[in-house]
Amino acid sequence: MAVRVQLEDFDIGAELRALQAGNPKIGAVASFVGLVRDINDGAGVTELTLEHYPGMTEQALSDVVVEAQSRWEVIDALVIHRYGTLRPADQIVLVMVASSHRGDAFSACEFIMDYLKTGAPFWKKEVTPEGSHWVAARATDEAAAERWKRDEAV
Amino acid sequence: MVTLLYFASVKEKLGIARERVELPADVVDVAGLTSSLRSRGGAWSETLGATSLKVAVNHTMAGMNALVSDGDEIAFFPPVTGG
Repeated sequence: MAVRVQLEDFDIGAELRALQAGNPKIGAVASFVGLVRDINDGAGVTELTLEHYPGMTEQALSDVVVEAQSRWEVIDALVIHRYGTLRPADQIVLVMVASSHRGDAFSACEFIMDYLKTGAPFWKKEVTPEGSHWVAARATDEAAAERWKRDEAV
Repeated sequence: MVTLLYFASVKEKLGIARERVELPADVVDVAGLTSSLRSRGGAWSETLGATSLKVAVNHTMAGMNALVSDGDEIAFFPPVTGG
């Protein structure tokens, strides 16, 4: 299990090969990649700056991975989240989960991503032709994370 | 002493990223600390009074009734928007 918060870009192919290397029990790897869009809420985005909370961010991401491991069969998992200044089409985040079968891999990957959106301390500031502004949190992201809480109560 | 950290829009509105302060004798929880900081007035009162304000104590998300004590690191920030 690994969590990395970094300025640098990442190579999905290289990360996939590293994750599965030497572990033939892995039968499925599900991954999610988040990218910078050039338009958000109707405004053109030319640049995006991500701020984070060193120490807490890594801790929050590790906690989410541990929680995913307790809910599904996770053989290995990787979360990479970038910070700093990014441009449209740049990669922001990678979540990769390896399991024996696809069901656990898909679910754990989606869970990690949903929790990351509402629980990991990152903040986006967008630069548009009209100026720069902090991105507002979305109620739909809260709802996506809440969904997993209801499952937990069952 | 406690370490206070401010992030993103909260940091910009307050004009400060980090400070070390002596915890007032009557402050035992996040609510008390927030109230004490808001009494600085101006942007402090408004920014730390926002209903959307999030707080973390020692790297863990915390509610207003979470306890604070000497040596803690307490962070104030807006709702997160990563991913």
